[in-house]
Amino acid sequence: MNLKSTTLNITSFFSSKQKFRYYLPQILTALGIIFIFGYFSYNAQVNMDNRGIDFGLRFLGEEASFDIQFSLIEYSGTDSYARAYLVGLLNTILVAVIGIFFATILGVVIGISRLSSNYLISKVAEWYIELFRNIPLLLQLFFWYFAALRALPLPSEAINFFDVAYLSVKGFYIPKFIWTNFSVFFYSIIASIVAIIFVFKYARKQQESTGKQVPKFFISLGILIIVPLLTFLIGGVSLSFEYPVLTQLSKTIFNFMGGVAIIPELMALALALSLYTATFIAECVRAGIMGVTKGQKEAAASIGLTPGQILRLVIMPQALRIIIPPTTNQYLNLTKNSSLAAAIAYPDIVLVFAGTAMMQTGRAIEIVSITMFTYLSLSIVISIFMNWYNKKIAIKEK
Amino acid sequence: MIKSLNFLGTPSRDKLNLFVSIGAFLFVLGIIDVILNSFFEINITSVLPRGLNFFTPLIFSFIGLYYIRIEFSGNRTLDNLNKNINSNWFNATLTLLIIFVLIQNIPPLLNWLFFDADYVGVSKEDCSREGACWVFVNVWLKRLVYGLYPNSEIWRINLSFLMLIALVISGFFVPPKIKKYIIIFLLFVFPFIAINLISGGNFGLVWVETMAWGGLSLTFIISIFALLFCFPIGMFLALGRRSSAPVIRYSSIGFIEFWRGVPLITVLFMASVMMPMFLPDGTYMDKLVRVIIAITLFEAAYMAEVIRGGLQALPKGQYDAGKSLGMGYWRMHLLVILPQALKLVIPGIANTFLALVKDTPLILVVGLLELVGMIDMAKSNPDWLGFATEGYIFAGIVFWIICFNMSRYSQRLERKYKTDR
Amino acid sequence: MPDKIIEMLDVNKWFGDFQVLKDINLTVSSKQKIVVCGPSGSGKSTLIRCINRLEEHQKGKIVVDGIELSENTKNIEQIRAEVGMVFQQFNLFPHLSIVDNCALAPIWVKKIPKKQAEESALKQLEKVQILDQARKFPGQLSGGQQQRAAIARALCMEPKIMLFDEPTSALDPEMIKEVLDAMVNLAKGGMTMIVVTHEMGFAKEVADEVIFMDEGMIVEKAPTKEFFANPKSDRTKLFLSQIL
Repeated sequence: MNLKSTTLNITSFFSSKQKFRYYLPQILTALGIIFIFGYFSYNAQVNMDNRGIDFGLRFLGEEASFDIQFSLIEYSGTDSYARAYLVGLLNTILVAVIGIFFATILGVVIGISRLSSNYLISKVAEWYIELFRNIPLLLQLFFWYFAALRALPLPSEAINFFDVAYLSVKGFYIPKFIWTNFSVFFYSIIASIVAIIFVFKYARKQQESTGKQVPKFFISLGILIIVPLLTFLIGGVSLSFEYPVLTQLSKTIFNFMGGVAIIPELMALALALSLYTATFIAECVRAGIMGVTKGQKEAAASIGLTPGQILRLVIMPQALRIIIPPTTNQYLNLTKNSSLAAAIAYPDIVLVFAGTAMMQTGRAIEIVSITMFTYLSLSIVISIFMNWYNKKIAIKEK
Repeated sequence: MIKSLNFLGTPSRDKLNLFVSIGAFLFVLGIIDVILNSFFEINITSVLPRGLNFFTPLIFSFIGLYYIRIEFSGNRTLDNLNKNINSNWFNATLTLLIIFVLIQNIPPLLNWLFFDADYVGVSKEDCSREGACWVFVNVWLKRLVYGLYPNSEIWRINLSFLMLIALVISGFFVPPKIKKYIIIFLLFVFPFIAINLISGGNFGLVWVETMAWGGLSLTFIISIFALLFCFPIGMFLALGRRSSAPVIRYSSIGFIEFWRGVPLITVLFMASVMMPMFLPDGTYMDKLVRVIIAITLFEAAYMAEVIRGGLQALPKGQYDAGKSLGMGYWRMHLLVILPQALKLVIPGIANTFLALVKDTPLILVVGLLELVGMIDMAKSNPDWLGFATEGYIFAGIVFWIICFNMSRYSQRLERKYKTDR
Repeated sequence: MPDKIIEMLDVNKWFGDFQVLKDINLTVSSKQKIVVCGPSGSGKSTLIRCINRLEEHQKGKIVVDGIELSENTKNIEQIRAEVGMVFQQFNLFPHLSIVDNCALAPIWVKKIPKKQAEESALKQLEKVQILDQARKFPGQLSGGQQQRAAIARALCMEPKIMLFDEPTSALDPEMIKEVLDAMVNLAKGGMTMIVVTHEMGFAKEVADEVIFMDEGMIVEKAPTKEFFANPKSDRTKLFLSQIL
């Protein structure tokens, strides 16, 4: 039997040459993948048997027996690994939210400055972008943590903000909010938001039927301020503060007690992430605004809209469609970049779980998998949301 | 209100010289006030009440700018100046604020960086602490560039890089026929030569373990290897993702989304801690090799998305034309589709390369010390504590120069290929 | 005497060093239709864009409906509400439906209730014969339909003057007729129109006066019949021979 006839037989099995070329690569790929996974799993099994490690998630219930420096929820060394994971996750989300908030504001300002007609402003914005974009994030992080924040004064000479907050090399201490009847306050905010939604609906109806415009911005602002304020007066809500106080811990060591401590690690990480990601967001914003053709602005002007109306009704809707997808991508990048916390000992999920917990339990496969899975889920959720949003607002074409 | 105080009248073209000279004088007066205040502690307006005193430079210069704000003065320089930084009150104020901030901060910064800095010396005592201590960088320079590589063997690293540069440069100057061979040599033969040269163990060269490799040379080694291999892998992934065969398509998508969804640090942890578990008992793969493989696959996923963008942007007509000429899948892609698609996404490819170079410092979390890692080690040395700032600024400058030039080069490439179309 | 609705006196404009309008003198009476033609770069687009101040002139005087256009004009939007413009690139707002495109300015500038604005918009769309496309989006329409929609959008503000900046230059030949028909109808209805175009057939049918511009200057200005029968300047003769 020669090779040629064998090939012919196989092709006739597939009933045509086309099908052959369609199915064969797939079968080969599938076999390859199965083989590789099988090979890895087998090796892993053998290795683990040899070292007497078993595979499983039960370790999550065991006592963690290590402390975490900064936590948003109650945690002590006697809590389980699962709780440690939760603490790490919350810390990651915290620094990501802070970073996203500041990066967005800074990015929008710089992006718009880039487009300014003022030469100096646009140049300064350009230099900012070129500077912070071309230096690795880790390096920027190290600079802020090891160089800049280390230059802050000792607690005994801390920078004083109106005697309620103190900035020192040990951290930024702010007053702790102590609420009574917080739930009442919380519900009042929700109620205000609902009321504002109704105001907007009413204003829209008014405009559609009579053409007049209700000053909905001022009314909303009023509601947002007055209603929560009322809860203080008649709702039994009260707020007291625990201020940080400089105490002498030992002969030469002073620090602040009480209040909330924002550790330098968190400050450095948030700072580095914001400044770095802002450069990319600035470019997204700039691309979005430039992406709206000049003719749109002219057409809107030619029918008599004011510059404010042009921006709000014509430019921004189109610009936002261009800006939002890549910006959301940057938010995702920022969240992933927050994992750099491991390099400066900020207790995020990587340091706490894939670092300390893994060192203690030796369960590399489970822990690294869980960590990667956490980030993957976040990415996928945001991707799905992005796709849905894009489909919804897509500008319809033929 | 200013208009009512204005006894000279609205600035206009007819009294051009009058307005410009008064305006320029006031503007310069404001600037001189700031300079005197910041550097010489002289306060020429100390007679005025405190609040006003603080704002006098702003007021002087602002009024000065108002006077020279004459539209269509006919003087080209003046018009340009006005249009760019002085077109209205808001812009004028911002311009002044920027100028004042720069005046107050740039000279002290330059002083610290250059004029008061110490350049020569051997130990910590040679630094006077008034300015930057570049002695620190000088003394550690060899380590920062070559890591812990033994001094006597450094010539091997230098030789490898010289060979690389020579090959790349020659690639630009030889006729296309020989160019093909140079590329093949570069991709397949050179890596072997380089690896043998640098790690040694054969041909009578002393063996240097990969943990000793470090510094800037390690940054380059990792970047170049990852660059070389993530590109073809990314191309295959991009083509696979667009394939109509479900198995290939979905495995490509899975592969790409997996690497894109996780941070690089977890990938490095996986490479250093998890991968050994997946290898047969007893085999040992060098940590650096595992790290390079991990980084390559990681960047290949991003490269795949960039290339996919290019493939999607290409008009369907190109595919139709190729098919109608009887070209098979691979021939069509190699000759028609990929050349065009790649040209379209040059900025995206350059960005991915740039991101790769910027990601290399992360390897310090698994114990490999490239430039940033070496600076970390240097600043923690007991003899040299306290010079973190100088170290990081040095690293920052080095990276900035590399990355900035890479992005400029890619912009040039993009412009060159745009005109071709 | 028919009232003057646009007056341009000794208007000059520069783009940097380059002078694009030289000593333009032009008077337009109410209900008059004027066609402006000339080679590209002659400044004809710039001329009409100065009338609704999309471009600013540096020297000279422009008076529109009794109001002089200058740097200090605060109610430039009010003037623009009275002057409608149709662009070569249509410039419809892609994120709004056709009827929303037309109703946008009446709602936000004239503060007309939405239902009323929509009804007038649909009426205008009917006049240009694209009523059936009202709920569609610009991307779903052909070029000719988009330009007619743009004309309807400008008309919804009930302007006194309509400016057209090469309205058919970006259209495929078979769609030019439908747009010109809409413009002819508009002219017959008594609108003051200034049209920059190469469509000389349209000029002959509808224009009262034809202006030929070259290198920023008005070279020749004459009533339509006379313009085509007895062009006075050599440059005019050359231009006409090239396009007719």
